[in-house]
Amino acid sequence: MPNLSDYPIDGKYGRFGGRFVPETLMSALIELEEAYLKAKADERFQKQLKYYLSEFAGRPTPLYYAKNLTRKLGGAKIYLKREDLAHGGAHKINNTVGQAFLAKRMGKRRVIAETGAGQHGVATAMACAALGLRAEIYMGLEDMRRQRLNVFRMELLGAKVHPVESGSKTLKDAINEALRDWVTNVQTTYYLIGSVVGPHPYPMIVRDFQSVIGYEIKEQILNKEGRPPDILIACVGGGSNAMGTFYPFLDDLDVELYGVEAAGEGIETGRHAASLCAGSEGVFHGMRTYVLQDEDGQIITTHSISAGLDYPGVGPEHSFLKEIGRAKYVAITDREAVEAFLELSRSEGIIPALEPSHALAYAMKIAPNLSRDDIIVVTLSGRGDKDVEVVARYLGVKI
Amino acid sequence: MRLIEAKFKSLERRGEGALIGYITCGDPTLNHTPVIAEALIEGGIDMLELGIPFSDPIADGPVIQRAAVRALRAGVRPTMVLEIARKISMAHPDLPIIILTYYNVVFRMGLENFFSLAKESNVSGVIVPDMTIEESSEYRAIASKYDIDTIFLAAPSTSNERIKKIIECSSGFLYLVSVFGVTGVRERLREESINLIRRASTVSNGRIPIAVGFGISKPSHIKNIIAQGADGAIVGSKIIKIIEENINNQKEMLLNLKKYIRRLKKAALKTSQP
Ligand SMILES: Cc1ncc(COP(=O)(O)O)c(C=O)c1O
Repeated sequence: MPNLSDYPIDGKYGRFGGRFVPETLMSALIELEEAYLKAKADERFQKQLKYYLSEFAGRPTPLYYAKNLTRKLGGAKIYLKREDLAHGGAHKINNTVGQAFLAKRMGKRRVIAETGAGQHGVATAMACAALGLRAEIYMGLEDMRRQRLNVFRMELLGAKVHPVESGSKTLKDAINEALRDWVTNVQTTYYLIGSVVGPHPYPMIVRDFQSVIGYEIKEQILNKEGRPPDILIACVGGGSNAMGTFYPFLDDLDVELYGVEAAGEGIETGRHAASLCAGSEGVFHGMRTYVLQDEDGQIITTHSISAGLDYPGVGPEHSFLKEIGRAKYVAITDREAVEAFLELSRSEGIIPALEPSHALAYAMKIAPNLSRDDIIVVTLSGRGDKDVEVVARYLGVKI
Repeated sequence: MRLIEAKFKSLERRGEGALIGYITCGDPTLNHTPVIAEALIEGGIDMLELGIPFSDPIADGPVIQRAAVRALRAGVRPTMVLEIARKISMAHPDLPIIILTYYNVVFRMGLENFFSLAKESNVSGVIVPDMTIEESSEYRAIASKYDIDTIFLAAPSTSNERIKKIIECSSGFLYLVSVFGVTGVRERLREESINLIRRASTVSNGRIPIAVGFGISKPSHIKNIIAQGADGAIVGSKIIKIIEENINNQKEMLLNLKKYIRRLKKAALKTSQP
């Protein structure tokens, strides 16, 4: 039996993952895999990456004991992994710095990316500016409306933002459009995907770059508590901050893993984005995984108050972890997420992004029923500045 | 002998390249498809590629994307497409009908179910642009059980070594994607297309017919690719464009389609080479 951390094996996580793409991209994916494995083994690359993660991206991020929230809930101890303090305000920078270096090594000076909330687009624009690469970002029109501040941020950073008007005009359509661009310009262009999704080797590459989150947690909690955590909780859109959190603990079977999806207006309403909790197996965006689809395999329009979770698929490694029962996946509604958003803001003085507010909401649900000796780590994948307008609108407050 | 192979053989004997026409089934409505197919057949297509629309067609440009949107809006479902294929094949038993769709549609129906229904509908071949040879063993095994051809694609970025592997997985014909890019009408035939045809012809060495698609829309394109050694041409976006431009005038639509296909078929005659 392989260790769980040995996956992917042949590009697969059990039967999930793989490569389902137009033939035009196959040589690029093979080339990318080779380049990545070489870079991974290259000490100079690792050193460069480490330098940029610390000096540019501000790592390591703190593991903060949320004392007030813990006391209020009266149960397990809650720690927050403060990815909101990383450069750009989210975990996304861990991946974009890594992949931008890879693009540079491969001699590709044009970088394309998709973005939902705009966080990955911003993080891509930042990494590309720092490394002297040209960035072009695909973003759904609907998301541009929801996250207009991030659109301007990307432009300030020198990136070009392409509005995507097809389909539901959200993240999935931005990925479609980025894939179409890549098929057309594959010889000169690096596709810097923003989550643990897409064809192999992307889910592996993004997970590896995001694993810095979990490795830091491992070390920090040992320093603070002298032992590993009992429970890790992270939100799951495509699943990159969750995979980055879980991966270093996959073979520590005593650590429980929870991935929190967006239940939107409620799973029963059909207006949600909970691919693992309410979806079925399919093949989408180059990977075999859980997707939200109708009877005929048409991909369904999703809903979540948080643009970053509004995606009808999920990384194949999560599908695998669900299948074998290593991680559990749950869903939190818009309302519950907003309540957690407000709670953390007031009790801890930290305004979280709406995406990790889902993870927090789940922690707040279970913490009171746990003992005071239990330790929960919640990955606070981003800060909430980008979401204040959305929350104000949700609450009916004029600002 | 399977229908596609027989068709290429008889065209070869007559000194003709194959003209393969693509339409998205149900565009703009399900009722249109049989009459549009008739017009294309009357115009002179040798094989019909019938698309099952998918919500997220990543290999398609704006024209075929819009066709998929119209067809899905019209309520088209995969089983309906197979039913239409069956009806067309009853009227034209020698016409190979090839289903084109994305893998999730097939996956969702289940491979066994999909191919057995396709067989009942007299489908001759299947093209799934996001099915790679690496993922294809079960897909090919089940297709072969039902005597249905699996047509794989090769692209300008595909190495000769890989073209060889793709040919080993293919039956019916080898589909050459003529350009770096998605489907759509293009002005000129590019250097990369010519190169690919030459490379694929050399690797294939007559083992399997070669048809070229993506960006093929003009008689001159077809003449050129046939002269370079291709056995057939696949035309899609331009057909969809004609449908789109005459969407409210069916008579005009069918007339223009027929006229257009006639011109293309003429260009596919090898005798017409200079
Ligand atoms: C702050 C934040 N958290 C989480 C996500 C969801 O992505 P993933 O599931 O890949 O971590 C996003 C995506 O935009 C985000 O901005």
